[in-house]
Amino acid sequence: MDVLLDNLDLYGPGFLNTVELFLISAVGSLVLGTILAMLRVAPVPVMRAMGATYVTLVRNTPLTLVFFFFALAFPLLEIVSADTFGGSAASYYFSAALMALTLYTSAFVCEVVRSGINTVPVGQAEASRALGLTFGQMLTSVVLPQATRAVVPPMVSTMIALLKNTTIAAGFSVFQAGSISANLSERGENQLIGLLWVAVFFIVLVIPMTLLQRSLEKRWSIAR
Amino acid sequence: MRVRTLAVALLAGGLALTACGKEGGPGDTGAPSQQVAADVKVDGSPTFDKIKSRGRVVIGVKEDQPGLGYKDPTSGKFTGFDIEIAKLVAAKLGYGDDKIDFKAIPSAGREQALINGDVDYYVGTYTINAKRKEQVAFAGPYFTAGQSLLVKKDDSAITGKDSLKGKKVCSVTGSTPIQKVKSEGLTEPENIVELQTYSLCVEQLEQGTVDAVTTDDAILKGYASQSPDTLKVVGEPFSNEPYGIGLPKDDKALRDKVNDILQAALDGGEWQAAYDATLGKSGSTTDKPVLERY
Repeated sequence: MDVLLDNLDLYGPGFLNTVELFLISAVGSLVLGTILAMLRVAPVPVMRAMGATYVTLVRNTPLTLVFFFFALAFPLLEIVSADTFGGSAASYYFSAALMALTLYTSAFVCEVVRSGINTVPVGQAEASRALGLTFGQMLTSVVLPQATRAVVPPMVSTMIALLKNTTIAAGFSVFQAGSISANLSERGENQLIGLLWVAVFFIVLVIPMTLLQRSLEKRWSIAR
Repeated sequence: MRVRTLAVALLAGGLALTACGKEGGPGDTGAPSQQVAADVKVDGSPTFDKIKSRGRVVIGVKEDQPGLGYKDPTSGKFTGFDIEIAKLVAAKLGYGDDKIDFKAIPSAGREQALINGDVDYYVGTYTINAKRKEQVAFAGPYFTAGQSLLVKKDDSAITGKDSLKGKKVCSVTGSTPIQKVKSEGLTEPENIVELQTYSLCVEQLEQGTVDAVTTDDAILKGYASQSPDTLKVVGEPFSNEPYGIGLPKDDKALRDKVNDILQAALDGGEWQAAYDATLGKSGSTTDKPVLERY
């Protein structure tokens, strides 16, 4: 308990930053992932190829490498200047972490959504096309709503993975839960206990997501 | 039948490959070789008993600090001042170079490695302080370093710790030097960059993404001597970091023994020889540390 109480100045901001990283990149990756899934089932071959290339490329790259690219290699390309991200080092590395997490997770979200789309009977799409709906209308008002219901558990798993993946940002100048143990070591605290508290906080963060999953599953369940 | 041929071929190939890798090669550094002591006894030391029953000594070191503890990525050999000290202690305990297993452990894992018994002792820029003594024991100090700054050779704006305002300063995540920069407000919080290793920081410095790298002068001198044309160490050291040899906490017998070994090396010429062969190459001299027995 002492390790926690003596170092609240680490745990507090650490977990706040973790939650902030998680929430922003979760929203980002859900949006981007859904768009990617739509690309992958689009009737235009070029769009399908784009989606497939993105997923294959990003999903097969370790997240640390994605981080490495955005935090350390991307600035060298000078595509955008550092001022775009507020100029300071802290804001740059935070944005880099957001980009890495969002782009990486969207590949997984895309595949989850696509598997959901696959559960919707072809008849649904054919019927909506027969009614005169465009491809966009068919996806957004017929297929995606049904697909979403089918993918609650894997989607929540992907989001929990994202939450824990935020800790990789510790090595790239973003202070969050993953940085706590390094700081504790220098303060001479017992790291095993320190890490146990980190684990406890992660459980506390994951439980609400699990509860959300159960309630959504119940509310959205449909008889097939 | 074909499977067996394949297996034999693979086995032969594997043997040939490992044989190639095992030779010492021409990369020997000319570091002083140690006289291995015989029949060493350390009564009442559980760690030493463990070393004896294993027949080998496992030493925790750093692998990414040139001049101190550095692992050559091609040959896999460890070099540096810390390594020489580690070898010296091992030799006086009765274990020559061929009976040492170096284990690279980063700063954040040091206490736990000693507590778990993963390593017998740790030699790697390990600053002795009161808080750490609650978890591990220290022999030494065998070296005294101080926090300093590494900047680009053509940078004249940064002259010391008081000229860091508005500059991007890099160090390892959560390390003592970066915590000092934060607590003393040497630069703005948003200008602090914390990366995984000092090497990454130095890389960023060379690319111009950060303006200064801060940590102990010994570490920085190691980098500066690696690329003397582009980097330099500036300013007076602004802290006192006595490096000790980390040992399991309750092993007083081994701690006394290692202190005796260090004292003998300081009095004889072995300590100086180890320094001259490693850090001393950067051209800077240093005072001999005074042991702090407890």
